[in-house]
Amino acid sequence: MNKPIRVVAVFSLILFLALLVNSTYLMYVRADSLSADPRNRRVINATFSRERGAILVGKDAVARSMPSDDQYKFQRTYPQPLKYAPLTGYFSWYSQTGVERSQNPVLAGDDSRLFVTRLVDLLSNSDPKGGNVQLTVDAAAQDAAWAGLEALPGDAAGAVVALQPTTGRVLAMASTPTYDPNAFASHDLGAVAELGTRLNDDPRNPLINRGIATTLPPGSTFKLVTAAAAIESGDYDADSMVSGGSVFQLPQSEDRIGNYDGGNCGGRRITLTQALQVSCNVTFLTLANELGNEAMADQAEAFGFNSTSLEDLGGQADSLYPRDMDPPQTAMSGIGQSSVTATPLQMAMVAAAIANDGEVMRPYVVDEVRAPNLSVLGRTDPQSISRAISSTTAEELTAMLVATVDDGTAAPAQIPGVQVAGKTGTAQSTDDRPPYAWFVSFAPADDPQVAVAVLVESSDTSPDEIGGGFLGGPIAKAVMEAVIRP
Amino acid sequence: MTPSETHIGGSLMGFVHRRRRGAELFLLVLALAVGIGAYAAVGLGVEGVVPTDLVGYGGWLTALIVAAHVTVRVVAPYADPVLLPLVAALNGFGLAVLRRLDITYEALDFDQHTFARQQLTWMTLGVMLFIGTLVLLRDHRVLQRFTYTAGLVGIVLLILPFLPLIGREINGARIWINVAGFSFQPGEVAKVMLVIAFSGYLVLHRDALALAGRRVVFVDLPRGRDLGPILAMFGVSMMILVLQNDLGSSLLFFGLFLAMLYVATERPGWLVVGAGLFAAGALAAYTFVGNVQNRFDIWLHPMDYYPGVSFQPVEAMFGMGWGGLIGRGLGDGFPERVPFAYSDFILSTIGEELGLTAVMAIVLCYGLIVERALRIALISRDGFGKLMAVGLGAIVALQVFVVIGGVTGLIPLTGLTTPFLSYGGSSLVANWVIIALLLRISDQARRPAPRLDPVDETDAESDSETTQVVKLR
Repeated sequence: MNKPIRVVAVFSLILFLALLVNSTYLMYVRADSLSADPRNRRVINATFSRERGAILVGKDAVARSMPSDDQYKFQRTYPQPLKYAPLTGYFSWYSQTGVERSQNPVLAGDDSRLFVTRLVDLLSNSDPKGGNVQLTVDAAAQDAAWAGLEALPGDAAGAVVALQPTTGRVLAMASTPTYDPNAFASHDLGAVAELGTRLNDDPRNPLINRGIATTLPPGSTFKLVTAAAAIESGDYDADSMVSGGSVFQLPQSEDRIGNYDGGNCGGRRITLTQALQVSCNVTFLTLANELGNEAMADQAEAFGFNSTSLEDLGGQADSLYPRDMDPPQTAMSGIGQSSVTATPLQMAMVAAAIANDGEVMRPYVVDEVRAPNLSVLGRTDPQSISRAISSTTAEELTAMLVATVDDGTAAPAQIPGVQVAGKTGTAQSTDDRPPYAWFVSFAPADDPQVAVAVLVESSDTSPDEIGGGFLGGPIAKAVMEAVIRP
Repeated sequence: MTPSETHIGGSLMGFVHRRRRGAELFLLVLALAVGIGAYAAVGLGVEGVVPTDLVGYGGWLTALIVAAHVTVRVVAPYADPVLLPLVAALNGFGLAVLRRLDITYEALDFDQHTFARQQLTWMTLGVMLFIGTLVLLRDHRVLQRFTYTAGLVGIVLLILPFLPLIGREINGARIWINVAGFSFQPGEVAKVMLVIAFSGYLVLHRDALALAGRRVVFVDLPRGRDLGPILAMFGVSMMILVLQNDLGSSLLFFGLFLAMLYVATERPGWLVVGAGLFAAGALAAYTFVGNVQNRFDIWLHPMDYYPGVSFQPVEAMFGMGWGGLIGRGLGDGFPERVPFAYSDFILSTIGEELGLTAVMAIVLCYGLIVERALRIALISRDGFGKLMAVGLGAIVALQVFVVIGGVTGLIPLTGLTTPFLSYGGSSLVANWVIIALLLRISDQARRPAPRLDPVDETDAESDSETTQVVKLR
């Protein structure tokens, strides 16, 4: 019987070898892909239980991990939750958003740049710690932006984005209505899940960062792009005489478009500067019609439309300028209507580009990442995306915008002793949306330090007040003042 | 190749195995170091302190192992020296892992969180039966007398869970009985009984069963009239599968019988027949039993069913993947996320917290147990002993393959305990008896052969032709 016993032995050997090989495959080869599965609660639990790094604005933490005495060991806390929610995002057991998500490897301590730190932790048998993230945000500007949004009446929704024109640093980004990330960081997972469902179903969309995720027709603020395209074409400058008057006959259509206040913009022929000053629809409809879809689209894309540029935050929506619009739509796009849509960030980029001699800088939120011992691991360098307009065009546009603030529709943004460049935007809203308005500006005009875009939706305010920049103007002014006069 | 076989002819009987009890003692000390060390490490890792009952626990474990060792020394001095240390290490390590789970279960307010304590009680019972078996059973060939009794008892034990008053269905498998408040899996004892029955039956009928029938492609198939036993066993296996809903046991019993049949008859033809029957049975089960189809599907695409029906295997895979090469460390994993981490899925706990290293060590320990069992079969002098040793080794091999293969996703998941590691009294006790039987056969096999001494040296030439007096040493 010994021969078959040997066969059985060989067969058993094969069985056990199969077990060893398969265990190795499961626990070594497949380990990484198993850990990467988003449903793997072990990985989530481990991340959730770690001492996460802080998110810093200036010297203050806007998100930090405090020791807690339950099974997760640390509690994520947000000292200024509502004000910074669009930037920090939240860190819940289920998911993360905002900087908490985009910088998760650093904050959680998994980033390859933290390898040495991890090694030291391993050898000294201490728990791994995450690195810190320093934001570009200017605390005073963020305060002003949030205070302005909070002071809006009733059910107003809105967003403020402020950029440093020369670098693309995001100086402020606020959104309302918003949410409390502390509630998401709670260790009461049932309540967190319930909160997530409730806020997702909330028609007011408090989870949305309106600064980068809401796209609306930019209205009259888009006239900056139209004017830029006109001057760049070489056929116009600030003093060129352009069509004014009270109505524009849309091409291939019966429709006639008038000016916002029903006026005639001060005459049948006016200067481009005057047209911008009074936000003359007829002028910009005519210009867009004349320049055509291609030239307009080229100019819009040079400012950053049809692409995303911010890499530090998720959820950025593309601002759109379609390349396939027919002539009436193209004409309408000249005043920021028809299919043109923009985020507040995009309009801030337009203002910042004009302020920065025509160069569009990539906006960024993360300034530096640091190891737990505060050594700098990485710093974001300003990066140019494109040159939208020549520097002479930028100068001319700046002068026109200064005139618009000094003597035109953007008067609410005037700052005594400082030259401010700005433009209002009024929305032609549909019935199912509250009316909304835009305001873009930068200051000081001769040495720009800050460019701001404000978007306000409100049904409690008369369209006149909205159109006149009464809501957006003061917020933009406050943010600019906070940066210029610290 | 065992030493005894390297010597041909007369020198074959001249070879004397050494007792090697000292080696066993040394290995047992290592095994105890594993068990007690793991228990201390659990306390340090999970709670941050050495367990307060370490001395009492360690003392109890040591006492059990020493008792087992002394018994072997006295009543089975030539027994294999590696088996006892292997199971002592596995059992002690299993207790530590259960203790680790208990701490978490207690913290989470689970109903049951005294698995380690209960398992230690079962281990005590197991060692007592181990000692009892070795002391009472001085020659395993005695068991051959009970061939049919053992077969009957085995079948009755398999049927017990179906009886109305005592049968219990737990977690979808009807393999439990409940007597006087104690739950018991009679199938675990039935395994041992069936090995005895198969051995007794096959050693008697092997010649008949070995007769060749039709020859198909180099393989002699058995004669049709000899198919009775294998068909009967196949029927029993299918019954277990369909009625008890217990895929693992079904596979185990049939595979066990097939291996023993093959060894007894030396006819690979039986393997062909068996494999054919098994394939047909598996196909029929797949086609007609929805449960089997589900399990197969879950095995092939576990991720698609997570976190639904495949929650348990996928959680185990997540845990083991997370453990990686060296594991998370005791107390730093989440083994409680896997349902039944204390029984069928104890290997996922080990994999998560102690890594691939520990899993490989465990698999190697089982491999060594099987290797020792088959070695005993090789050197055993009687057919009954050979068959029993093969059967007992095959039980361990098949059970380990089915359960570890299931947990690691190599084969579809079936419910079986991991010998000596999983919580479960029936299994632990039965496995200790299996080891006792193996040691007994091994003692018989390694014991020096009876010396054939002529009674009177001077009359040797004339009398040796007619009479020989065998003198047992």
